[in-house]
Amino acid sequence: MNFDDTPQEAEFRAKARAFLEQHLEPLNPDEVSPNLLGEREDEGAIQKAKDWQATKYDNGWAVLTWPKEYGGQGMGRLENVIFNQEEGKFKTPAAIYGIGHGMLGPTLMTHGTEEQKERYLKEMARGQVVWCQLFSEPAAGSDLAGLRTSAVKDGDEWVLNGQKIWSTGAHFCDLGMIVTRTDPELPKHDGLTYFIVDMNAPGVECRPIKQINGGAGFNEVFFNDVRVPAEYRVGGIGEGWKVAITTLMNERVSIGAGGGAGRTKDLFRLARECRKNGRPAIEDTAVRQRLADAFITSKGLQYTGYRTMSAISRGATPGPEGSIGKAVGAPFSQELAAFAMELQGVMGGVMDSSVAPQDAMWQESYLGSPGIRIAGGTDEILRNVIAERVLGLPGEHRSDKGVPFRDIPSGS
Amino acid sequence: MNLEFSDDQKFVQQTARDYLEEHATLDKCRAVLEGSGTHDPELWKGVAEMGWLGAAVPEEYGGAGLGYLELVLISQEVGRSLAPIPFSSSVYLATEAILQAGSEDQKKDLLGRLSAGELIGTFALAEGLGDFDPGTCQVSFDGSQLNGTKLPVPDAGAAGIAVVVAREGEGTSLALVDLDGAGVTRTPLESFDPSRPLYQVDFEGAPATRLGAAGEGAAVASDVLDRAAVLLGYEQIGGAERTLELTKEQTMSRFAFGRPVASFQALKHRMADVYCKIQIALSNGYYAAWTLSEGSEEVGVASCSTRVAASDAFCLATEEMIQMYGGVGYTWEYDCHLFYRRAKGTAHALGTPDEWREKLVQRLDKTIGG
Ligand SMILES: Cc1cc2nc3c(=O)[nH]c(=O)nc-3n(C[C@H](O)[C@H](O)[C@H](O)COP(=O)(O)OP(=O)(O)OC[C@H]3O[C@@H](n4cnc5c(N)ncnc54)[C@H](O)[C@@H]3O)c2cc1C
Repeated sequence: MNFDDTPQEAEFRAKARAFLEQHLEPLNPDEVSPNLLGEREDEGAIQKAKDWQATKYDNGWAVLTWPKEYGGQGMGRLENVIFNQEEGKFKTPAAIYGIGHGMLGPTLMTHGTEEQKERYLKEMARGQVVWCQLFSEPAAGSDLAGLRTSAVKDGDEWVLNGQKIWSTGAHFCDLGMIVTRTDPELPKHDGLTYFIVDMNAPGVECRPIKQINGGAGFNEVFFNDVRVPAEYRVGGIGEGWKVAITTLMNERVSIGAGGGAGRTKDLFRLARECRKNGRPAIEDTAVRQRLADAFITSKGLQYTGYRTMSAISRGATPGPEGSIGKAVGAPFSQELAAFAMELQGVMGGVMDSSVAPQDAMWQESYLGSPGIRIAGGTDEILRNVIAERVLGLPGEHRSDKGVPFRDIPSGS
Repeated sequence: MNLEFSDDQKFVQQTARDYLEEHATLDKCRAVLEGSGTHDPELWKGVAEMGWLGAAVPEEYGGAGLGYLELVLISQEVGRSLAPIPFSSSVYLATEAILQAGSEDQKKDLLGRLSAGELIGTFALAEGLGDFDPGTCQVSFDGSQLNGTKLPVPDAGAAGIAVVVAREGEGTSLALVDLDGAGVTRTPLESFDPSRPLYQVDFEGAPATRLGAAGEGAAVASDVLDRAAVLLGYEQIGGAERTLELTKEQTMSRFAFGRPVASFQALKHRMADVYCKIQIALSNGYYAAWTLSEGSEEVGVASCSTRVAASDAFCLATEEMIQMYGGVGYTWEYDCHLFYRRAKGTAHALGTPDEWREKLVQRLDKTIGG
């Protein structure tokens, strides 16, 4: 056991830092942590993100954990953590590659053909082509396998019809990965097929959806007789569920160590700045108790993430334990924000960053965190995963097993 | 960075588990809880022979010379088994205090006997209602004698010596007292967890010797409590893990409405929550164990975090256990209350979680975001 860098890790950290210093402006230590939510990217912001990704790639600092043949550096997850820790100390452009690099790339590595890997992975790594995930539909979210977007074979092509929704970044993405239903006569998990889809193909229409925080990071995407070449299929016909599961497993791992972990520093500052009963809030007993809990959960999440990384870097396969990070971290980030707003008293209702403490970061966070609790598996779904796959408790009673998809009851 | 215990350390843990599964079955805990004894002497002897009492004591003083990374894993197993022995009082508190503050002679005289289990130690700090604070003790020490009342003192019935936190002049000192000696009266108290019983100890001119420098007592005691918080935290985590396993077993085999009650989502989700709480405690525990074994100053913060998270996880797990067992969980006959009692007993043993939250913020306020 060792929480410190080994000499090799320290050397790697120093090299990473030297690279970052050449290209980025460091965050002032007094500055509040950057807003984690983003979602308000304009074209300029996307371009900046692409430029930074190209710089990283060209200097050998992109997708560190990917194999070299696919444009990565073949490094372990710990090096990746170290790089992310260092990068987090600088002002960086919007993070738009989480889905592509964390989930879709690894899916293609597992299930793609040699030609697909050859054609897409390096390009994805350099980030000039951005990818989105087209899974959820109006009638299929938690119950993803209930999706209805259809793909019908027509000669050498497939023809897609239907609607996806909540597709993060689809409005600025060039390519997507989509799960479709190719056989509604089969039970629901059996009739699915996975494709790559060109977001600029005729018949694809993308409409941004305005979120509760005013941003429009996600979209509804309509498919109207969209023709997809046969070689865009990932995995076998009817094997879409298996491929989708790979994507979702990678999602849980990549969300892993997140969840407001770095923000207790800002919270302590705020508690010194705000006043309660005529003295700094940090002197109030109730406030102190809650600060303690915030610190403990935040550290617990951080070290839980490190434990997972540590196990993976020693050969363990990422398992369902990775769900803890999101199951605890997502509701925690909302609680933290609510607490910080409480500290601000009546000013908690003010979001004008000219007068709101810490650039109204906590109000932003309180508006953003409900989305984090839903995206990538709701609180309930994650508890099901932990209960069934980690603890081994019985699965849910279900009325859709073995029934042809067509005959499954639905609410719409 | 490497957040895994080594194979050797895991082996120590497995050995401890195997031993305790055979020798510290729950009926042993129940026997002490229902009886009038102070602990299970057979088990104590066995644990001493396994070398656990002196696991972190250097070999030159008669210990096993392992380290804290081994000791925490043994503690986790002791907690898991609900062993009815004065492990925390003697190993985490008395032995640690002597290691920290003892003179060479005191160490030579006592550590070997403590490690061999011939002598049992405890730690006397509390004086009735109020904060568990070494700085405010009223029991007095004049350099040779103790006067006053300590309440409650854990395991004072089994123990032969106590490390007493006492006022000496304007300051606070630690004193070593022979509990079988003159001027000491021990009165057993009805205890929330009778498998780790509590006592009132009255000193009337009891002969005692100083441990460590005069006036340094509060600082040393605070240090000892930090270390004990990590070790006891691992006991609590072990207890919580076992609690969850038993809850799962019970709910899988109990049927209602034609299905195992474990298949009801309300129960599944609550078990998932307990699991998450345990993991958050364990992750804080990893860091604390590491700071302990490195002798890092960070142990001050890490111990508080572990203490709070582990106490809360164990209490939650046992509260949920009784509910998920249903009516049988509320019977004396079933073992749920053994866990429920141990959880709350350990949560109060070193000062309550709320006190440790306060201590945590005091310490963080000096370092964080300043
Ligand atoms: C910010 C954001 C970004 C997103 N990005 C993407 C993206 O890029 N690509 C994409 O494909 N999707 C994306 N999603 C969609 C997301 O995956 C779904 O919203 C999510 O899986 C929930 O599905 P739903 O919205 O249909 O809710 P529903 O599944 O209808 O859930 C409604 C409620 O029912 C509960 N529920 C459902 N099933 C169960 C069950 N078995 N047990 C207990 N409770 C249950 C849920 O927990 C929830 O409380 C995003 C969502 C958000 C909010």
